[in-house]
Amino acid sequence: MGYFLSYYTYISFGCWVQNMLAAIIMLIFICFCVHFQNTAGQFFSSGHTNNWAVLVCTSRFWFNYRHVANTLSVYRSVKRLGIPDSHIVLMLADDMACNHRNPKPATVFSHRNMELNVYGDDVEVDYRGYEVTVENFLRVLTGRLPPSTPRSKRLLSDDRSNILIYLTGHGGNGFLKFQDSEEISNVELADAFEQMWQKRRYNELLFIIDTCQGASMYERFYSPNIMALASSQVGEDSLSHQPDLAIGVHLMDRYTFYLLEFLEDIHPASKSNMNDLFKVCPKSQCVSTPGHRTDLFLRDPGSVLITDFFGSVRKVEITMEAIHLTDPILQLEDGPMSEEVQEKTYSYVDQLPVSEIIHQKPKQKDWHPPDGFILGLWTLILLVFFKTYGIKHLKHIF
Amino acid sequence: TLVARSLLANDFQEELVIRPLHSGDIYASFQFRTLWETDFMRENKVSHYRLFPKSLGQVISKFSVRELHISFTQGYWRTMQWGQPFLPSPPGAELWVWFQDSVTDVDAAWKELTNVLSGIFCASLNFIDSTNTVQPSASFKPLGIVNETDHRFLRYATLPREIVCTENLTPWKKLLPCGSKAGLAVLLKSEKLFHSSFFSQTVHIRPVCQDRECKTTSWELRQTLNVVFDLHTSGQGKREWSLFKMFSRTLTEACPLASSSKIYIDVTDNPQEEYFELSPATPLLSQAVVLGDRRTFSVYDLTQQLFKSVSDLLPAGSMLRPLLHAERYVAGYGLQTGEIHTVMYNNHPFRSFPVLLLDSVPWYLRLYIHTLTVTSKGKDNTPSYIHYQPSKDRMRPHLLEMLVQLPPHSVTEVTVQFERALLKWTEYTPDPNHGFYVGSSVISALVPSSVAMDTNITQEQPLFSSFFPCKEESSYFVRVYTEPLLVNLPTPDFSMPYNVICLTCTVVAVGYGSLYNLLTRSFQIEEPNPRLAKKIANFIRRIRGVPLLS
Repeated sequence: MGYFLSYYTYISFGCWVQNMLAAIIMLIFICFCVHFQNTAGQFFSSGHTNNWAVLVCTSRFWFNYRHVANTLSVYRSVKRLGIPDSHIVLMLADDMACNHRNPKPATVFSHRNMELNVYGDDVEVDYRGYEVTVENFLRVLTGRLPPSTPRSKRLLSDDRSNILIYLTGHGGNGFLKFQDSEEISNVELADAFEQMWQKRRYNELLFIIDTCQGASMYERFYSPNIMALASSQVGEDSLSHQPDLAIGVHLMDRYTFYLLEFLEDIHPASKSNMNDLFKVCPKSQCVSTPGHRTDLFLRDPGSVLITDFFGSVRKVEITMEAIHLTDPILQLEDGPMSEEVQEKTYSYVDQLPVSEIIHQKPKQKDWHPPDGFILGLWTLILLVFFKTYGIKHLKHIF
Repeated sequence: TLVARSLLANDFQEELVIRPLHSGDIYASFQFRTLWETDFMRENKVSHYRLFPKSLGQVISKFSVRELHISFTQGYWRTMQWGQPFLPSPPGAELWVWFQDSVTDVDAAWKELTNVLSGIFCASLNFIDSTNTVQPSASFKPLGIVNETDHRFLRYATLPREIVCTENLTPWKKLLPCGSKAGLAVLLKSEKLFHSSFFSQTVHIRPVCQDRECKTTSWELRQTLNVVFDLHTSGQGKREWSLFKMFSRTLTEACPLASSSKIYIDVTDNPQEEYFELSPATPLLSQAVVLGDRRTFSVYDLTQQLFKSVSDLLPAGSMLRPLLHAERYVAGYGLQTGEIHTVMYNNHPFRSFPVLLLDSVPWYLRLYIHTLTVTSKGKDNTPSYIHYQPSKDRMRPHLLEMLVQLPPHSVTEVTVQFERALLKWTEYTPDPNHGFYVGSSVISALVPSSVAMDTNITQEQPLFSSFFPCKEESSYFVRVYTEPLLVNLPTPDFSMPYNVICLTCTVVAVGYGSLYNLLTRSFQIEEPNPRLAKKIANFIRRIRGVPLLS
């Protein structure tokens, strides 16, 4: 390169042009290197490595069919875009599919004329029926579950997880009703998210709520990296979409219906971003005004992909290193067990041995120390005895 | 021989039995059995699973389970119209487990086991706790191989409210070796299965004899699915059905991992093919004695040919009347007291037999055991064995077990009075006006059989007839479940706390507030603000020292 440059010193353009040319070539080379590094860095820099979803329907009874259909349609979209069942916590407060009032059992429809069955054939509901309570919901979010809880009921997220939380049901200004018997307030929810942030249980969180006055639920959030969407502002009601005359109830809420239609066009490699999501269901279609909140979110919503929350990330790292395996796994020998000749003959037990049952001795109850009442009674008797006869008579007893 | 033994070690068989019932329904029973010769209890854990599902194998070894029986049922089996089922099950969920002798804390193991199973089957089995678990003292003897039976290691619980839907069927299908991709499980489509009069899916795990001598045992996993389709409501005009009409799927091939894959059609009522004919026809007929009755079946082996349909089904002749049948209902009026009646029918013309009745009543129905009466044909019938464990509020349910001898051709009625308790207001479910469920009674009996039963325990028997072990030829074991009961408890008005708070606050504000104001407020007379002219006049008057205008 130096020889090349020195060759150009003899050109009549002069020293400074030659220096300029060298500088420009060097700059282009450096820029190219940096750019290459940037795309590689970008590949790993979106921040999250896994996706989770917590989808909750909080309403009970047959006439709240639409809330279950809302949750199941988001479940269906999220599964279709790649999040596996093991990373989805689905909570349905009542069973609509196998409800005896359902004219088509094992189905939950979202569109009129039974076009789309969002229940499907491969659904796994983690919390159902009476298990959907405020306490269980907050325990799932914060991770403080009893030790015997199975894995499918836990939210095992870490600090690189993007979590989608979807709530639907009946709500009011500052609260959401769970199963007609209890409520969760926006303060509790905000505190739960703060606990999650302190315990580093999420990287970024997308919160979607479809209830009446939904915007009141995200007013109190104060933890970073949360983006929230709601179907209506404070003082407005979210309306339902369309009834089906055969089933007899309203099938979906308007906001989630148009959200489902929007998500049906998204595929795992899609590049749509959050700004498109904010435009879902304008006032003309929804009658209520959907709202959103992005001030707590660090990235610009225009750079956040829909699949960052609704889809699942699979980052592949190609390595050329060789991996040395340990010693080969030895096949366990079944030999000794099978070569023994068993002398004992097993047999089945009599299912109803009448004579044995009749002559069964009553079970010896385990000895328990006497209950409080008995102890108190004995203490009273002893006290009265010693009061009347005096303690010096103790020696006559022993 | 070592190689041959390992080939036999894992065996999978599948079977479908279709029996047209006299009420016009079709009873289809799927049975899938996996046999595995292994020892879950040895120290180095089992790590290589082939046909046996890993999730259940880990459950067995972790909790030292000897036998596990779990069933999920939707609907009630109508014994008088449909006969006896091959495998009975009560409405809702039922779980009973025998633990190994090595378990020290059975209750803790039971609690953890129910939680783990609730995760595996997507059901609310975690609601099983000490308030609905009982320890039967004579019923539910082990169905598998065992050294001795100590009932301390047995736990039984039922959840009558539990619903069954696709979310329970999906993990159940995933336990099968071929999943729902090949073999008979292809037919299991939830939209048709749940549109039926009765649906039940069960899982049974127990150790069984490997062969006739029974020197070695192997673990058996049986998954059964019983469904009764009502052809009338399914919109069938003609009385013909096919696999496609029942299940909306056709069979493609047998499961390649299955050693046998068979379909049995009950043709006992159709000896000369006068009422219905099968297509494709098969010359293979087999006879089996099941539930005290000798029945003839057409057998289709799926590894050789596929089965399609039956045309013009019209079962005739009289159904064998079930010999044992039971009902249960609540009598009485009001929300304070009531009476539980359990009625057992013995339809045998001349033989009497003993039955073991197991009743588990929740604590909030306080039974008065001194009012327990057992009457047969109007006369008192004293049970030869009674085991009663009283309930403890919020801790333990009632347990009543009785061995009653049913006289021939009679009706036996067991009645007991109860009183309803008032629950704490947080203990009510979100929909308390629906009522509270009481689990089904279980009646176990050895019913005399008119046909000699097969006591041979070889494995050539079809699966549906070899579930209950048979010790003697003259009787067969049967378990009958009654209906669950639905009782209303006195329900408070849940809006009362809000009403009381509003009322109290209003009373305090209005009553005390006004009184406080009256006592502490002092009144001063204030002159109104004078107009401008008056102000100037008053100002001049003040200067002059003359009294002011009012």
